[in-house]
Amino acid sequence: MKVLSSFREGRLTLYLKGELDHHEAAAALRHITRTLDDYLPRDCVIDLGELTFMDSSGIALILKICRLMSETGGRAWVENAAKQPLKVIDASGIDRMIKVVTTKASL
Amino acid sequence: MKQLNYIKLDFPARSANEGFARAAAAAFAAQLDPTMEELGDIRTAVSEAVTNAIVHAYPDTLGDVHMRLRILEGNVLEIVVRDKGRGIPDVARAMEPMYTTGGEERSGMGFTIMGSFMDGLRVRSAVGRGTTVTMSKRISAKVRA
Ligand SMILES: Nc1ncnc2c1ncn2[C@@H]1O[C@H](COP(=O)(O)OP(=O)(O)O)[C@@H](O)[C@H]1O
Ligand SMILES: [Mg+2]
Repeated sequence: MKVLSSFREGRLTLYLKGELDHHEAAAALRHITRTLDDYLPRDCVIDLGELTFMDSSGIALILKICRLMSETGGRAWVENAAKQPLKVIDASGIDRMIKVVTTKASL
Repeated sequence: MKQLNYIKLDFPARSANEGFARAAAAAFAAQLDPTMEELGDIRTAVSEAVTNAIVHAYPDTLGDVHMRLRILEGNVLEIVVRDKGRGIPDVARAMEPMYTTGGEERSGMGFTIMGSFMDGLRVRSAVGRGTTVTMSKRISAKVRA
């Protein structure tokens, strides 16, 4: 998988692309932690628009990003998840703890 | 139930094999003509079971993971993932949502996801001898013109 990012007016958007599993998660987290440390954003959007697969390793990664953001007084949420990642998010119940924004286009 | 087809795969418990195991399971399941959603469910459940064998079963050694897929009468796919690792002392507890012995990188949601994405989930384990996870899913019949 790949993580791209863009920063604008205090908001960092992380674009997760490809397949997110346990094999990919550690490197992704290292990269994301560095990026958050660099920008210290107020908001962090986790954009899953081009994530084609995710399992519960992705749930742990999303929760970790939210925790890192709250440590610096910021917020994180999920946007644009396609069907498979969204179903994993729903089954895990984390949508009760963090904001998950779904657009029509992703469904 | 009568077995119509099967595959067996053995591979070392290396994380690089997680993606391969999912892809192999999806390719085998394709003969049941699943929907995109059903295929996603199968890939997800296999990823969870195989990742558990890779992450939890062999803390100090590099053991093998055994995966068997069968097609049974009635459009049923059965998936068995087996390891000969350390086993699970309390299976009922391990299957509770958010229970994990892993660190922050685990969510404890693996068994919950397997259970909700498949029709059947059975976990048998013996401490010091290993764990066998058996899952099944009936693939919906498609209407053809
Ligand atoms: N194959 C296995 N061998 C040994 N322990 C396992 C195995 N599979 C699961 N477990 C135990 O069950 C717990 C819960 O598994 P799971 O629901 O997949 O959550 P997670 O993998 O995120 O910890 C694990 O933390 C581990 O203690
Ligand atoms: Mg797991």
